[in-house]
Amino acid sequence: MLTVIIDYDSGNLHSAEKAFQRMAAETNAGEVIVTTKPEDVARADRIVLPGDGAFPACRQQLSDHRGIYEALEEAVIRQARPFMGICVGMQMLATVSHEYQDTAGFDWIGGHVRKITPADPSLKVPHMGWNDLVIDQPHPVLEGVKTGDHAYFVHSYHFVVDDGAHRLAHCDYAGDITAIIGRDNLIGMQFHPEKSQAAGLQMIANFLGWKP
Amino acid sequence: MLKTRIIPCLDVAEGRTVKGVNFVDLIDAGDPVEQARAYDAAGADELCFLDIKATHENRGTMYDLATRTAEQCFMPLTIGGGVRSPDDVRDLLLAGADKVSFNSAAVADPDVIARAADRFGSQCIVVAIDAKTVAPGKWEIFTHGGRKATGIDAVEFAKTVTAKGAGEILLTSMDRDGTRAGFNLSLTRAISDAVHVPVIASGGVGTLDHLVEGVTEGGASAVLAASIFHFGDYTIREAKEHMQAAGIPMRLS
Repeated sequence: MLTVIIDYDSGNLHSAEKAFQRMAAETNAGEVIVTTKPEDVARADRIVLPGDGAFPACRQQLSDHRGIYEALEEAVIRQARPFMGICVGMQMLATVSHEYQDTAGFDWIGGHVRKITPADPSLKVPHMGWNDLVIDQPHPVLEGVKTGDHAYFVHSYHFVVDDGAHRLAHCDYAGDITAIIGRDNLIGMQFHPEKSQAAGLQMIANFLGWKP
Repeated sequence: MLKTRIIPCLDVAEGRTVKGVNFVDLIDAGDPVEQARAYDAAGADELCFLDIKATHENRGTMYDLATRTAEQCFMPLTIGGGVRSPDDVRDLLLAGADKVSFNSAAVADPDVIARAADRFGSQCIVVAIDAKTVAPGKWEIFTHGGRKATGIDAVEFAKTVTAKGAGEILLTSMDRDGTRAGFNLSLTRAISDAVHVPVIASGGVGTLDHLVEGVTEGGASAVLAASIFHFGDYTIREAKEHMQAAGIPMRLS
């Protein structure tokens, strides 16, 4: 069993790598590697796309890593291998992001990435810190995680799904913020599971054992 | 609902935790990675490492600390001290930091914040503002651990760097740091009202009521403290329960 975390020069990979490796060791889920190579994506059993930063820059960096997107599409869409996107890696699944400019996403889960605009203007953006999850739909990756558990968010833009059936969890910030999206073999988390202590590690362990 | 954060801060020099009183007379207060693990277990909401000597000395030890901490603590980590360029940000993010804090370099050239935020996003770019009261209702930026006056107004500077893309302000009152007399609340309120990003109040915490005041009167989104936690005066749990009892939403589970 091989899980790959894709490195496309975006943000903090070390903590994601360590968190996935630790949970893989605890659950006997095989090897976890960080890679920039399309051939590693092609042979992976599970794929994680992290991402910190501005959407247009992340999208460009993905394109600059030649062959990565094509390898992702083959493995995730055609071969239906389990995929997790984290933060901007989750937002990449959208149809389009409106951060700075309109940038096309993968369009794997229909939706728009929009600026967070809390109804209470005194609330700060970025939405930064621990917020409690509201589980909208049960999911194998959320096994053992319940409404009221906290996750760590750091973002100024959020994913607005076209089809509510694709929203698995949200949180409240004077308005709904999408926390988890998913369909079929895809799951995406706006927060950082690798930074969310026990609840986050639980979701990572669940993902490593997920058979969609 | 978003919770107010409690952030223990470890001042680090040469790989060891120290805590100065007004930034002098440093006392060795232990191993940063051990302390980070203890704070992780205690339910701290984030951790902050400040390399207080990095402006003068090489800070390879900080990458090592970040790496070792991130291997063991699955919680957010901010690192500051000696950060000069977007490449420094990239190195620290790769080592295991989640957010990187600029200080002197942002004062020297606020555009470095724009370059870093464009590349990595505002969410991981913090600007640490060290301010001293120079007249009633006037605060000036000081750099180099509080030794160097700049003539720059703290409130104006906070607006400038957030306009450039800073995602958070770590505000330290140099008048209060190490005094245990409480945050400078008028400074905290002035900055918090001036910017749209979260403000972390720092400098001067001596009691749990000081933490409460930083939020209710200062308008801070997070409170940072060192001595009261490091030396065991209060636990993170006691601080959170005290703040929750005062009506501030906290993460207790």
